[in-house]
Formats: sequence, C-alpha cells, structure tokens
Amino acid sequence: MTTDPTTITRADLSEAVYAEVGLSRHESAQFVDVILDEISKALVAGEQVKLSSFGSFSARHKKQRVGRNPKTGEEVPILPRRVLMFRASHTLKERISAGMKGLPVPPASTTEDDE
Amino acid sequence: MTKSELILRLSEKNPHLFQRDIERIVNAIFESITLALARGQRVELRGFGAFSVKKRDARTGRNPRTGEAVEVAEKFIPFFKTGKQLRDRLNGEEQ
Repeated sequence: MTTDPTTITRADLSEAVYAEVGLSRHESAQFVDVILDEISKALVAGEQVKLSSFGSFSARHKKQRVGRNPKTGEEVPILPRRVLMFRASHTLKERISAGMKGLPVPPASTTEDDE
Repeated sequence: MTKSELILRLSEKNPHLFQRDIERIVNAIFESITLALARGQRVELRGFGAFSVKKRDARTGRNPRTGEAVEVAEKFIPFFKTGKQLRDRLNGEEQ
C-alpha cells in the first residue's frame, strides 16, 4: 500500500478496515479518522484512554521550567503545557518483542484488564 | 475511556453501523498497528502521532535489593510521539 516499506500510514489502516467489514474504501478511510478523532477528543477532555491489549494514553500537566537554547546557551522559559503519555500494554510489548526476534507473533490477549 | 466505551461512543454517532462491526473495525486498526510494529515498521498517523519501535541493547543490570548482577536481554520497546495537531489541541490551540 505505501511506497515506503518502513512506514505504514492511515491509508494502510483504512485498507485493513476495508478488508474487515463491508464498508467502501471511502467510508473505511473516513472511519479511521473518526476513531482517531474520538480518541483525541477524549484526551483533550482530560480522559485517560485505555485500549486493552494495546496500551493507554493519558495527558499529563508539565509545570513551567527554565530551558536553555542549546545553540546560544540563552535561558528561555518553557511554558506550562500538557503532554501525552503512551504506556504500552504487556501484550503489545510481548508481541512486538516476538516479532522483532523473528518469532511468531502470539495472538492478542482477550483479557480486558490488560491495558 | 476504555475500548468498549470507545466502541459505544462510535456506535452512538454512527447508527448506520452495527456495533459489532465497529468493534471489528477498532480491533482491526489496533491489530494492524501492532503487527506493523512487530515487523519493525513505523506507524505514522498524521495529526495524531507516530508509533515506532526502539531497541534497548542487552546490558548487565543489578538487582537493586541484593546488588547481584543480572543479564538483561535486548528488548524492543514501542514508542509514541504525539503529532503536532494533537499536541496543539491538548494545549488549547485550534488546528
């Protein structure tokens, strides 16, 4: 699907959606956006998003701190901001490790408690 | 929000789709991301963020309690970098 074999994009995900249910290619592409947008909205609203057997996302508040321009050495304030944290589930880590070591990737766990 | 809540919210907004199909779609997406990462591919979702895999070399660690040296095998860790648009949205800036 992609021209770059090292990277997959939304286009590849919508292709996977297209293969899964009877949606058109256009609807599949739209639905990928709809899902990512729903997750984004929850995060912007301050919710934690836990996707079992994948991982969890949460927004964290960072206080203001003094940074430094690495080129000039000049001190600049880094303003307080919200950053996103992603915590991979055990299942995700195990499946990636297996794949990267050339082993068969085990199926996703079906337990809900693994975030 | 859990995965089941995500599916519920999506099905409320998309009454023309069966909830079980939405569940299959959500699962297909995260399964595709996982399998790509397991092949060592990067997953770039413009505006949302990018997932990649980082290698942690094998090292000699130490049991912090006993001080005993333990071999830690090389590891592959998934990593997420927030996309610019989402980062801006988190900080109250419209895209």
